[in-house]
Amino acid sequence: MLITPAIVALQLIALSVAGTVLLAASFAWKILRHWNIHSGSELQLRLERRTYLISTLLGFALGAELLSLLLFAQTAESLSGQFVGAMCATGVLNVNPFGFPTLLLKIALFFLAALWLLLNRVDNRGYDYPLVRVKYGLLLALAPLALLEGAVQTRFFLGLEPEVITSCCGSLFSATGQGVAAELAGLPARPALALFYAMAGLLLVMGLAFRRWPRLGPLFAAANLLAFAVAIAGIVAFLSLYVYENPNHHCPFCLLKAGYDYVGYALYLPLFAATAAGMGAGLIAPFRRIVSLQAAIPDEMRRLTGLALVGFVMFYGLATWLILRSHLILLG
Amino acid sequence: MPVGLVFRDCDTVSPPLLPTAADFAMRPLLERQKYLIDYTLAALFRRKTRNLGLLLVYTLLVFLFASVLLLSQGLRREAALLLQDAPEVVVQKLIAGRHDPLPAAWLDTLRRIRGVGSARGRLWGYYYDPAVKANYTLMAAPERGLAADEIIVGAALARIRQIGVGDYLSLRATDGRPLPMKIIGILDSASELLGADLLLLSETGFRQLFQLPPAVYTDAVLTVRNPREASTVANKIALALPASRPILRAEILRTYDAVFHWREGMTFVALGSLLLAFLILAWDKAAGLSAEEKREIGILKAIGWETGDILRMKLWEGTLLSLTAFLAGYLLAWWQVFYGGARLFAPVLKGWAVLYPDFRLTPAVDLQQVLVLLAVTVLPYIVATLIPGWRAAISDPDAAMRG
Repeated sequence: MLITPAIVALQLIALSVAGTVLLAASFAWKILRHWNIHSGSELQLRLERRTYLISTLLGFALGAELLSLLLFAQTAESLSGQFVGAMCATGVLNVNPFGFPTLLLKIALFFLAALWLLLNRVDNRGYDYPLVRVKYGLLLALAPLALLEGAVQTRFFLGLEPEVITSCCGSLFSATGQGVAAELAGLPARPALALFYAMAGLLLVMGLAFRRWPRLGPLFAAANLLAFAVAIAGIVAFLSLYVYENPNHHCPFCLLKAGYDYVGYALYLPLFAATAAGMGAGLIAPFRRIVSLQAAIPDEMRRLTGLALVGFVMFYGLATWLILRSHLILLG
Repeated sequence: MPVGLVFRDCDTVSPPLLPTAADFAMRPLLERQKYLIDYTLAALFRRKTRNLGLLLVYTLLVFLFASVLLLSQGLRREAALLLQDAPEVVVQKLIAGRHDPLPAAWLDTLRRIRGVGSARGRLWGYYYDPAVKANYTLMAAPERGLAADEIIVGAALARIRQIGVGDYLSLRATDGRPLPMKIIGILDSASELLGADLLLLSETGFRQLFQLPPAVYTDAVLTVRNPREASTVANKIALALPASRPILRAEILRTYDAVFHWREGMTFVALGSLLLAFLILAWDKAAGLSAEEKREIGILKAIGWETGDILRMKLWEGTLLSLTAFLAGYLLAWWQVFYGGARLFAPVLKGWAVLYPDFRLTPAVDLQQVLVLLAVTVLPYIVATLIPGWRAAISDPDAAMRG
């Protein structure tokens, strides 16, 4: 096991996120069992007050998860010097089978916490809290994920054994070891490029259709999730190659380095925000018929769809510009 | 007019002291946050001494953690820069697991290995000087063209022995004879990290001093034509010369990195108890509202503030405190590490020696470092104040005002 400040910090974050989400989930359980908006009992009053705490806790978890996501990518990058064959973060995440699952769980938790907060925001605009059961149900699903993330991350860090000089032999050990897989395998560039832009078209069509027929909400949410996956696949398959101007370097993390002008942040931030907003818009659509939310939901939907659209336009615009300015000729 | 009028000063020209729900509803989101910050700041200043204590402790906490991070990161960068010029492969001879002089005949064997550019024998060792109770690093420097009794010394060595160019330094040879050496130069202080305790002499002088047979070297350094082949070359060396121990530059770098990471991590864990104490303090401060504060919250609620608004105010309070403490602590640590000589954690992080080089680290800010600092200082503070903040926010106005 390696002990570095970044690992200590990441474990601290995982611990506090798991703690707050578990606490929130235990309150959520009580609310699910005893909630009765028509009752004026002391218990109901107490439960209503707890809802404030839960939303604060979840807000904290969202922020912490964002910090953790950034720090995790940076840490993997900075540890790359310690493993034979690991040139960058990808290599470190491949050191043992828990690296990428940790990252995926972090991303999943980030999106779920964002969706929960959106749901909560909409719910608070209805005078009778109509979505209480939905949102606290979702919260109960979030708790095991937070625990799992903590556990998988701990396994990942426990499995990191740096390859340093031992007293008995110098390099024998690094010469015989094969080293870790330092590269991600990408899709072939041409179909990936086609898929990438086709997805942009599909998303636009879906967005317009969703404005017209709000019942397509869940479909729009799914399209956003798919667009996120396609965007990441696109970054791995060709966008990173164009940025690094190297036909073999597929790493999605090196984009975050100073050497590439931190272009990764400009790509990922709009992408994450747009995906969260788009999924949120799609997921709240089915509740638009609830009497107390008839005014709030269309309003939120319009705003979120707009936000998603702006985010994806920024992402695709930047991606296209990066491809055009690159000196790499990938499709000859 | 809002109910807040009741609590206004006699001077009717001043704006309402407490913004009301009616005000909030009419103004857009940003405006609302601006008012909240405004109010929170005023509230913080009203309880100066109480908040100042917390702020001081908070700043100290950030300062300590930031000092460790800045110092060890600077040292790591310095080590990596130095090692960039180190030989790609060093070959040592081992006997019974211990380092032994390497026969000159090995150099030919090494040169014949495909991929090896050049192989050169090195002569170096340590010399204990009882006068200053310190070890010097002695190294033969054939490229400097020194005569048998001429030496060049490092700046720290010259400083501690109070000697300069033209002086003689007497070394005691292995057979007990004194060996006077004339100093013909001092290594410039720019390379102090490398040359602090260094003493360069000729090959003849070195062999005379240590009574070393002519056909042996301390170790051998190789250049490799293709650096990516270094580990293959090392493998071939180990096969051709089973008693050898090849060490790659990449391994030295990795080991340094691991050592610094480990020291940093350990210091962090040791500072953990401090963090815990701080958390208890923060929790206690946030939970133990004074009667005055309770009354204030009660009044705010009575004039129409919602629970959410009070929570937001508490959140802003935490954010403003954290931001101030973070900036102050980080800047103090920065000054301490890069301009104040890093006295605080230097012995733990860089190790110690009698002839320790005197050097300045290059200042740099790193995003990862800032993220780590945020995660170990601000994040725990927020966790500690979440629940007390909520408890304060849900209190009933009438109960709060009655105290």
